[in-house]
Amino acid sequence: MLRIRITFAKQGALRYTGHLDLHKLWERAARRADLPLAYSQGFHPQPKISLASALPLGFSSCCEVLDLRLNEEMPLDEIGTRLKDNLPGGIQVLNVESVDERAPALQTQVVSAEYQVNLTEAVDRSDLKRKVNEIMSAESLPRERRGKKYDLRPLIEELALTPSEERGAKVFMRLTAREGATGRPEEVLDALGIPADTARVERTRLLFSS
Amino acid sequence: MLTPEQIESKLDRILLKVEKPGRYVGGELNSCIKDWDSVQAKVALIFPDIYDIGVSNVGLKILYDQINQRDDALAERAYAPWFDMEDLMRANEIPLYALESKRPLACFDLIGFSLPYETLYTNALNILDLSGIPVRSADRDETHPIIIAGGHSTMNPEPMHAFMDAFVIGEGEEVIHDIINALMSLRAHSAKQSPDNAGLLRRGDASTSLSARPPRNDILRALAAIPGVYVPKFYEVAYMDDGTVSHIEPTIPEAPKIITKRMVAKLPPPPTKFIVPNIGIVHNRVSVEIMRGCTRGCRFCHAGMITRPVRERSVQEVVDAADEAIRSTGFEELALMSLSSSDYTHVKELVDAISKRFEGRKLTISLPSLRIESVSVDLMEKLKQHRSGGFTLAPEAASERMRRIINKYIPDEDIINTTREIYRRGWTTVKLYFMIGHPSETLKDVQAIADLCKRVLDEGRKVIGWKAKLHAGVSTFVPKPQTPFQWVSCDTRENILEKQALLKRELFKDKNIKLSWTKPDDTLLEAWLSRGDRKLAEVIYSAWKNGAKFDAWDEGRKHEAWIPAFAEHGLDPAFYTHRQRRTDEVFPWEHITAAVRKNFLFQDFRMSLEGQIRVDCRLNCFACGILPTFANLRRENPGDAWKCPDVKSPNKSVVSEQLTVVGG
Ligand code: SF4
Repeated sequence: MLRIRITFAKQGALRYTGHLDLHKLWERAARRADLPLAYSQGFHPQPKISLASALPLGFSSCCEVLDLRLNEEMPLDEIGTRLKDNLPGGIQVLNVESVDERAPALQTQVVSAEYQVNLTEAVDRSDLKRKVNEIMSAESLPRERRGKKYDLRPLIEELALTPSEERGAKVFMRLTAREGATGRPEEVLDALGIPADTARVERTRLLFSS
Repeated sequence: MLTPEQIESKLDRILLKVEKPGRYVGGELNSCIKDWDSVQAKVALIFPDIYDIGVSNVGLKILYDQINQRDDALAERAYAPWFDMEDLMRANEIPLYALESKRPLACFDLIGFSLPYETLYTNALNILDLSGIPVRSADRDETHPIIIAGGHSTMNPEPMHAFMDAFVIGEGEEVIHDIINALMSLRAHSAKQSPDNAGLLRRGDASTSLSARPPRNDILRALAAIPGVYVPKFYEVAYMDDGTVSHIEPTIPEAPKIITKRMVAKLPPPPTKFIVPNIGIVHNRVSVEIMRGCTRGCRFCHAGMITRPVRERSVQEVVDAADEAIRSTGFEELALMSLSSSDYTHVKELVDAISKRFEGRKLTISLPSLRIESVSVDLMEKLKQHRSGGFTLAPEAASERMRRIINKYIPDEDIINTTREIYRRGWTTVKLYFMIGHPSETLKDVQAIADLCKRVLDEGRKVIGWKAKLHAGVSTFVPKPQTPFQWVSCDTRENILEKQALLKRELFKDKNIKLSWTKPDDTLLEAWLSRGDRKLAEVIYSAWKNGAKFDAWDEGRKHEAWIPAFAEHGLDPAFYTHRQRRTDEVFPWEHITAAVRKNFLFQDFRMSLEGQIRVDCRLNCFACGILPTFANLRRENPGDAWKCPDVKSPNKSVVSEQLTVVGG
């Protein structure tokens, strides 16, 4: 069995395709590309595809990662070309590599994620800067999401304003992305007082352990 | 008009607030994006239901391919936005746009609606309104697209006559090209007439190409001259004192007295590059039409009467198309479509070839509409159907008398033997489809449905014990235009409720029987519109103003919108539903024909009253009218593909007089 790791970008219309639908999308792409995709045993065989980390709806990304398992050996560049011809416009394959079959499951390896946020409306930069500093120097940031209380502060590893030539601004953040401890960019934006519909969020990097 | 960029940036601000934003963004594999400025004719194809339903519609897919295969034209798509999206679009002043280019529908040259069923009518009005296009044809001018509609419901176009500029009657594959060509040649002509426009024409930037559009009336006159195209504004309807139609007359020489449906003599290659949505939808599958038309002659069946003659595709063509379609989509399901699969001449060969070709691939294959006989079980077994899905059969009626009336004669013993075999071969669920409300049906006939269900399940239990399950789907019959039952009255709400109560009483007792039925309100709405006249256009308009839309959905507003609309215009809904038509009645659709003669239908109706069966017309041609109308086409396409007899007589032109009808 061959375990393949694919890094891909998810942009444009595909920003509105959710996690489960993305699974299906890759399964169909593999079928169109005629890749010998491996399936689980059992009554309802499932394709062996695992996505590193769910990307919230509406975000674009240039760093998504998935593993898929093939039943037969195949040159990596051939896998890449075949997939490229069979994916919808919003998905671009950036890298194909093979990984050790016994390596731990991809989802368990993700530790943090970086996001770049473009603000589409003019903001008061000094005010925003003050808020960023406040958050970073706070001991804790108690918040509530879907009726559950939690502390956002420990999930924020980095938060900064990045210089922008336009009247808008760019915010960079690195958030924890472990199973059970995942920081959500829209929560950070909310803490900064930025309305969700004025922010374009792109995931720019996934960080893995080891 | 907003630019695509403006629309996209407005969308970005609202999409995360709606359920399933993926419905509104396009970007699907196999969608076709052409350079807007380098083609002359821009067509928007609309399925006026939500994306989840509309995107898999095969009829529109065929047209999408037909148009996009031309170098001089493009086709894009739009669907009805769901309630949440519509509210946000209106609040943010976003007009309805096409998914491919994100251009407002109003900047297309031609908008084509698919109207397979009547419950889409209010959505069509709503879509025009959301696009900023006047809802009424009479209010549109040269700056607006030409609005056309096609699909099964347009076999009686009259209720929608005020809103559509033109209707396509019958099959669209060829006529869509005639329409586009007519549009383009008129435009070229008017550019020649006014040289100022000529330069603007070539590069069809939205605003400039509008100014080059020829007078709307000229376009409509040209469309009226195309066979199979009905332009309602060129016809006048006169009524009798009792509210029925007296006569229908064309008002210009180009408009034919009778509009005969279009029919493609040789089915073109089936579409294979189906749109692959990026979100979950209702039918994620490839559909390959194995044949068109049906020779069974079930008297209640609209599709069976209006899609004649039967034309089959070859096994090779079907298998190759299925293979290519699965390759180009990656879908996990393949449906082999027709009105009656068992009647496909080479069905055994087809099933063998399909199961061989797709062996070992993870694919679910369906072959719907099988006859009730053990051969069908063999066929399904070969397709390695998931037994879990249940096995579906459609007896439609359960008493001998009813079966004779509707001309679907299947003896009880055949049903019992077939279903026993189904249970025996490993299916635990049998699904039986019935209809209540057939003409002259009594409670006794409905009781027979309940009895038959129980007997089928009892027999099943003898084979596999308490695992055996039965699902009875009981819909309510709606009399349709252009069928032998176009004269009959539809059941009243009270009748329907009484019959449904009987079924519930009888079948709810057994927990292994599942019963589903159609709500009487839904049936009545469909029944008013199916055989409606021009007067209903105002009712549709008022109902839409009262908030009616998504009439096929539980979420839509129904009778609280429709009943006041009837009252507002002084019309009685019962006139359309609960009225036996006079034998010499001139129907609102008298000037439209599916090429099956009215006196053939009438004769068939009389036979039904006498309980007389008409056998499959493959075995015996009953001269329904198809052959005289399409004699030339049949002569040019002799042989096996058609299931009507060959025509050998020398060429003679067929005139519409041959379609003279009773009361016409
Ligand atoms: S012309 Fe004859 S064979 Fe053909 S559809 Fe009509 S009745 Fe059937």
